[in-house]
Amino acid sequence: MQNNVLEYLEIIVGKVPDKIAYADENSAVTFREAYDRSRAIGTFIHKQGHYKEPVVVFMGKHPGTIITFYGVIYSGCFYVPIDEEIPKHRIELILGSLNPKAVICDNDTINTISEFGYEGRVYLYDDIIQTPHDENMLMDIRDKQIDTDPIYIVFTSGSTGIPKGVVACHRSVIDYIENLTDVLKINENTVFGNQTPLYVDACLKELYPTLKYGATTYIIPKSLFMFPLKLVEFLNDKKINTICWVVSALTIISAFGTFEKAVPEYLHTIAFGSEVFPIKQFKLWRKYLPNARFINLYGPTECTGMSCYYEVNRDFELDETIPIGRPFKNTDIILLDDQDKQPKQGDVGEICIRGTSLTLGYYNNFEKTNEVFVQNPLNTSYPELIYRTGDLGKYNEFGELVFVSRKDNQIKHMGHRIELGEIEVVANMQPDIKSACCIFDNDKKKIILYYVGDITKAEVAGFLKQKLPRYMVPNMIENLDSMPLTPNGKINRVLLMEKYKLQENL
Amino acid sequence: MDKIIEILEGMHPEVDFNTCNTLIDDKIIDSFDIVTLISELSEEFDISIPVEEIIPENFNSAKAIHALIERLLEDE
Repeated sequence: MQNNVLEYLEIIVGKVPDKIAYADENSAVTFREAYDRSRAIGTFIHKQGHYKEPVVVFMGKHPGTIITFYGVIYSGCFYVPIDEEIPKHRIELILGSLNPKAVICDNDTINTISEFGYEGRVYLYDDIIQTPHDENMLMDIRDKQIDTDPIYIVFTSGSTGIPKGVVACHRSVIDYIENLTDVLKINENTVFGNQTPLYVDACLKELYPTLKYGATTYIIPKSLFMFPLKLVEFLNDKKINTICWVVSALTIISAFGTFEKAVPEYLHTIAFGSEVFPIKQFKLWRKYLPNARFINLYGPTECTGMSCYYEVNRDFELDETIPIGRPFKNTDIILLDDQDKQPKQGDVGEICIRGTSLTLGYYNNFEKTNEVFVQNPLNTSYPELIYRTGDLGKYNEFGELVFVSRKDNQIKHMGHRIELGEIEVVANMQPDIKSACCIFDNDKKKIILYYVGDITKAEVAGFLKQKLPRYMVPNMIENLDSMPLTPNGKINRVLLMEKYKLQENL
Repeated sequence: MDKIIEILEGMHPEVDFNTCNTLIDDKIIDSFDIVTLISELSEEFDISIPVEEIIPENFNSAKAIHALIERLLEDE
């Protein structure tokens, strides 16, 4: 039985060593190069005395970054991807919660790392891949590794303003990759076009299946997602046949009439998720790619990538939503109502997840972990954890699971999961802001920030851009004389939403 | 032109759009903005921007966007 994700790499390098594994505009690496370099990195990191600890990978979006992930696993440590796209304030928070002893940089990021007040060791990718690998040492590390050892930490938005680091292990990733690739029907002819950032768990969909099947992943330059024709050109040029994108990336193509000029010729498998797909846009995709398979994926980072899937097999009306379907094999979904009981067929309940796919929890945060990774209330006989997603769902007449809404102020925006509370906490850090509240326009996909304080909108925007990732920066900022309050003295979000809608309709 | 600047400032109030001519090159406008921008321009000027015009050169400055809109309005 496979116990380590690196076995994917070790098996495939024997089969197709010279095939391209990962490529971007400027560089490409074969499976042999991925294997050699990650073992060199693993040897180096371990020889520096790092073991069973987080190693931060602070690199741009290119094949070398992926190889570094594997290198960190070879060393017996776990990788924590961060990226220059993440603003300084957030990187500082992440480094603060990890307290890492080692950071691996590339030639671009090595000059910026000193800005974060980080005082540990810094290693340069180009240098450490030159390390001669130490076979005995690597074998010794492997002997001691078990499948519940962590392999990565990725950070997700936290309502208190501090991002939470989700820790995943070999076992949950292997469970995910086996079942995902089965559903997507990945094989050696698969050519992935990667869109999602390498610092979120979404990229697992391309990274590990590429190793398992000897497929190829092209990293698509981010700038192409502004220019739909160039994007389709890239897909055709690289003969990309499989994509797992956020919905907003797909609609960039369909919304501007791109299909009338150019169609992705090789695409046959289109997985999407993280957001509701507007049916009008979805119909365009299906019209121009009638033979492609469309698969909706759903799942929280806390349960390793995705947990549920639905392959579209019927037409949808404009007011319908595409179901999230059913759980992957070896994953179970339980709906729980307010009393922790299972609701009647067709009634709404919180989506709770059971299975090997559960991650280990939040790093250095037992309190938050224990709030959502809890004993299954339906089982009073032995310890059994479930993860409470905070998402509300129900089963439709076809027995398919459907997402209904969130229990709290978490939203999905541009494929990212965001706590509106985190934006508010950051806005309130600005000394001149007396009060701040965020609402989300789900139809227009806009985050709106209302604030009270003697400071211009431009200054607020400038401040937030330094502190928050781009996708969390409000799309609209409004100054108020006073914040509307509920009788309990809380900010009245409902009233703000009404005010916003009134203003938009004028 | 004022209307275009107003739309752009709605998205990035801290940028001086009268002078900036590297909106794309310096990643001031990114894929998060382009959808909003195009839909607001289309609504404001009652035009539809064909996909072949959605290229970096047409969005690098308020002036370039203005020229694009003028051109599209003339063609109608």
